[in-house]
Amino acid sequence: MKRMLRTAATLLAVLLPTAAPAAWTVSETTLDNGLKVIVREDHRAPVVVSQVWYRVGSSYEQHGVTGISHVLEHMMFKGTKQHGPGEFSEIISRNGGRQNAFTGRDYTTYFEQLSADRLGIALELEADRMHNLLLDPEQFDRERQVVMEERRLRTVDKPVPTMIERFHAVAYPVSPYGHPVIGWVDDLKALNLDDLEAWYRTYYVPSNATLVVCGDVDPERVFSLARKYFGPIPAGEVPPSRGGSGLTAPGERRITVNDRRADVPFVVMGYGVPSGATAVSPDDVYALMVLATVLDGGQGARLAQSLVRDQGVAASAGAGYDPVSRLDDQFTLQATPAPGHDPAELERALRGEVARLQDATVSHDELQRAKNQLLADHLFGLDSTFYQAMQIGMLETTGIGWKTLRDYEPGVRGVTPGDIQRVARQYLTDARLTVGVLRPQPDANTTHTGTAGHGEGS
Amino acid sequence: MRPALTGVCMLLLTALCAGRAQATPTIQSWRTDSGARVMFVRTTALPIIDVRLTFDAGSARDGDHAGLATLTNGLLLEGTERMDAGEIAGRFEQYGARVSNDSARDMATVSVRSLAAADKLDPVVAHFADVLAHPSFPKAAVERVRKQMLVSLREDRQSPSALADRAFARAVFGDHPYASPPDGTVHSVRALERAEVVGFHDRYYVARNAVVAIVGDVTRDRAESIAARITGGLVGGKHAPALPPVKPLDNARTVRIPFDSAQTHVLMGEPSVSRSSPDYFPLYVANHVLGGNGLVSILSGQMREKRGLSYSTYSTVAPAAAGGRFEVGTQVRNAKLDEALDVLKGTIAEFHDDGPTAAQLKASKQNITGSFPLNLDSNRDLTGYIAMIGFYDLPLDYLATFRDRIEAVSERDATVALRRHVHPQRMVTVLVGPADVIGAKR
Repeated sequence: MKRMLRTAATLLAVLLPTAAPAAWTVSETTLDNGLKVIVREDHRAPVVVSQVWYRVGSSYEQHGVTGISHVLEHMMFKGTKQHGPGEFSEIISRNGGRQNAFTGRDYTTYFEQLSADRLGIALELEADRMHNLLLDPEQFDRERQVVMEERRLRTVDKPVPTMIERFHAVAYPVSPYGHPVIGWVDDLKALNLDDLEAWYRTYYVPSNATLVVCGDVDPERVFSLARKYFGPIPAGEVPPSRGGSGLTAPGERRITVNDRRADVPFVVMGYGVPSGATAVSPDDVYALMVLATVLDGGQGARLAQSLVRDQGVAASAGAGYDPVSRLDDQFTLQATPAPGHDPAELERALRGEVARLQDATVSHDELQRAKNQLLADHLFGLDSTFYQAMQIGMLETTGIGWKTLRDYEPGVRGVTPGDIQRVARQYLTDARLTVGVLRPQPDANTTHTGTAGHGEGS
Repeated sequence: MRPALTGVCMLLLTALCAGRAQATPTIQSWRTDSGARVMFVRTTALPIIDVRLTFDAGSARDGDHAGLATLTNGLLLEGTERMDAGEIAGRFEQYGARVSNDSARDMATVSVRSLAAADKLDPVVAHFADVLAHPSFPKAAVERVRKQMLVSLREDRQSPSALADRAFARAVFGDHPYASPPDGTVHSVRALERAEVVGFHDRYYVARNAVVAIVGDVTRDRAESIAARITGGLVGGKHAPALPPVKPLDNARTVRIPFDSAQTHVLMGEPSVSRSSPDYFPLYVANHVLGGNGLVSILSGQMREKRGLSYSTYSTVAPAAAGGRFEVGTQVRNAKLDEALDVLKGTIAEFHDDGPTAAQLKASKQNITGSFPLNLDSNRDLTGYIAMIGFYDLPLDYLATFRDRIEAVSERDATVALRRHVHPQRMVTVLVGPADVIGAKR
């Protein structure tokens, strides 16, 4: 059996087809006012996705105004001089479209999915709210409540997200990645309309935005629609880039959250690592991606094999590294204990896997399998127009650039066993490590220890 | 290296240009010699393929062993006589293939996504067929997956939405098999025995109880040989018998589950139409107006846009084989629960009495028909659709006629369907929140 697998792996090294980057037919232009327009043609179905990406998100925020980018995202549906509250959504809906928005650490994004011949409707509406948003006090008061509900739903009432939110605050002692995207409760309460207005005027300018269109479209036609609708918007000033990565190796930290609502413990370990935007060499980024896949590429990878099946200490275990961010990020390991095992055992087991990567090089089979998975997944990603537009928008907005997609395949292929050992030794060190542990309160029926701090009680 | 890459790249580009799809793909269907039904759509733009097997082997078949279907499904890839779980997974991963499994109330599935080039696809299909034909349900794997299910059940206990979902299904479906939670209960999962898993597999994971969905860059001949190969090792067996129909509720009922949360989770609803009901389309359109179209819907307008009561409020009609469910859901801060319940009940009752206006109906139909191509724009979407069409035995022109059937829904059809299937006076209401808020006794 073993021998057969090795042969298969050797063959695959030669035979696996080139993945997505080669197929990336992308056109781009920049309007006179600075708006960048990127078009990815995909003619499989008569549909289109349009996304407007603003370079602003929680990593641009300071303490005191955390959550403002996300609240502004909500307010962007509340109308302009031309269109009343909710009208945006109604027009897109009537035209057989879907639309929504999302806010992250590095971006705020608005999107529409429509029949390809109706792209102009989306662009006209997006251009309108890029420049003509009306911020109404009553709408704002209501929407702040909606955001508070969103925060309760996503974080406050969930033990694991509550722990992860605090973990980030500790793992990024200086970097603005320590803020939750949705904001801290006190800041949300204190936010006012003037703050929002200033935020909108500063960041919602063409020179701070990228329009990404993917689908059954002709690039020249998209460019001309973009010029027609976005062209008249004044350029504005390019806002300053805010926030640095801070400390790369602050020293080992630990946070333990006792939560009486929790029933299952959870462990997360994060190492501060460079992103695609901050890495001195992209080699390190590709090596970390392959390393993450060696650990968690699937049920055959190391964490499932070792922690879940061989040792039996974990019910599930995973590793993650997403290099598409503008500041230093975290390489994470996480696990849920199997019944009868505790977080300390899991932490030991996870640290054992890190040491194993540092002590010995990965085998040829293992490396090849991880690369094959990354390249196949990259090709599978072409099945979704939305995902393709997302990739372009995220790469542009984080400053990495969509053209790095062309380097993806050679980058992944070029990773050697020595590279993986090198980045494991360089980055997966104690000084870069934060350990987070969620512990169910042993006595679930008493309240004398208090709930694990639900920020906004009533 | 470079020239070879460019060659493939050119091929891929040509394929992308040539592969321009029509709005509605053509479904081909046949039966394998082993008796499995096959649904196939050829797409040539990307060199990938999706294969999904769907068995009528969901939790509706659990009988007195809640969780048995999920445990059986979860063990499909965990061992054969010759390979353990690591070897099974590793071999898929060597070829970059992604394999997954899932089990709900009606369906139990196992799926693989692979590169379509023969040198990858052939070994992946052979491996998939081998694994499906010879599952050995090793004792150690049974215990491991059982423990994972128990951990997952404990995680549900810390989730108000999971608690609400379980209670809602129990109350809506009563003594019907759909009432049984697919993940089982701590008690039932602990009691499951390996012999029961083997028996369940022998009975339900058989060719005549299977639908094979194939979407991707292969010819009909290739698709036929793939379907034959992966069902070839299955026993022919019999199709599972029809389930008893879901019964309507007799009375309104409120289920209260105390939970220490900042929000109270609310679910309201009742049994509803099956997949094959002639009322499905009218009810679907009516529901779209009420709560099926995100922020544009009436419920969201009343709860979120007008009052800032919730982040998410929706309604849905979820049809299944033996009857589905109508469900209205939201989460509100505890202090506003009473107001939210008044708004929800008032909105549902008013909509039930008045039905949609002509303008509302028109706007919803425009959205549903206009956005339909968005549901079919990826191989993944298509795989889900044709598996569903095959499983529920819907007509092969389902996709082609979908928009016409929506267009045909009149104001009267929608109103009649609403009156027939939505009963504001006899719904289940589930409340998960602090005891003093929801009025529960500790």
